[in-house]
Amino acid sequence: MGLLSSRISITRYKVAGRLDGSVHETVYKALKQHAIPEIEDDGSESMVGWTSFEYPYAPDFEGYSFVFGAHMVFALRIDKKSIPPKLVQKHYSLEVAKHLANTGRQFLSGNEKKAIKEHVVNTLGRRIPAVPNVYDLAWHYKDSSVWFFSNLKSANEALETLFIKSFGFPLIRLFPYTTGNLMAGLSDSERDLLSKLVPSQSEE
Amino acid sequence: MQDIAVAYNRYKFLGNEFLTWLWFIIETDQNRLRQYDPDLLSLNIGNRMVLENTRNNAKETVTIKGQDPDLEEGLLALKKGSVVTEIHLSYKAGDQHWQFNLKGESLNISNLKLPETGPVETPEDFEGAVIEKTYLIEKVIGLVNNLFSHFIKLRVSSEWRNQTVSRIRKWASS
Repeated sequence: MGLLSSRISITRYKVAGRLDGSVHETVYKALKQHAIPEIEDDGSESMVGWTSFEYPYAPDFEGYSFVFGAHMVFALRIDKKSIPPKLVQKHYSLEVAKHLANTGRQFLSGNEKKAIKEHVVNTLGRRIPAVPNVYDLAWHYKDSSVWFFSNLKSANEALETLFIKSFGFPLIRLFPYTTGNLMAGLSDSERDLLSKLVPSQSEE
Repeated sequence: MQDIAVAYNRYKFLGNEFLTWLWFIIETDQNRLRQYDPDLLSLNIGNRMVLENTRNNAKETVTIKGQDPDLEEGLLALKKGSVVTEIHLSYKAGDQHWQFNLKGESLNISNLKLPETGPVETPEDFEGAVIEKTYLIEKVIGLVNNLFSHFIKLRVSSEWRNQTVSRIRKWASS
């Protein structure tokens, strides 16, 4: 999933904004503020945050260690807990049986079943460790470009959300229309023509 | 600029037309490619191509794969109105060789294999390796941007309607 992999996937972005003050210092502070939490302190299903490229399991941005030549290289980490449905089913059945025995009743209401299921999912969520997924990115500040080393839709969406939260401006994904509009050096009249294009086959 | 999600779907045909045009240029005009990228030694179709035909409200997909694939079936699909939706490319510049997959609708790059780089044995090597990798990635991204920019300028011009479409059709039928 990364820059040093033998096979690389890349989604390209244009950065729609500029930072105030020292670029490296501003990025350093934002990365620290939105770094992936080190402690799994609650039952939340997933956690998203920045981590360092070189040490993704022990985020460290000190000494601007994310600067590599003209690029800032760091990573998005998504830690996700995945509870197998069969495990939930097992513990849910046990809890239901316990509840019925304790109350001496034959049936449970829909709300009681729902509450037991939520309790089981929360309890298991605290016991099961989250699985980390790391996706590298390279930000060329001068060119306003970001390369994100994954084509996975969910990872790209998480990146877009965390980036704007951290740095205050959005990433624009570069696909055919945006590449043509923003990167090809078209004139205003050419941009106007671009927006009116239809498939060549439809013009027959 | 238009809403991003709407623009993605509305104009994804442009990426597929780009890949179709690129195949045509690769087969008929390598010199033009060298004008676009002075370092280019060659750009060729690699080991995979996907074509799609969505005419008559039905989607038909043709996938061609293998080493030195026979692209006749692809040309036949083009004649029937298909467009290229995914292509694997082999790019050579100097003594270096890149291979990668390019998807039309997103222009996403996948399965990118870079030229060999030296081993990483010390912390100093690590920094050097990252800088070298970013340089090698930049070459591919620069190539794609450059090719797409030329394509889109052609695509919005009258030359596309008046000459290029018929030239592509003639080539596919030859």
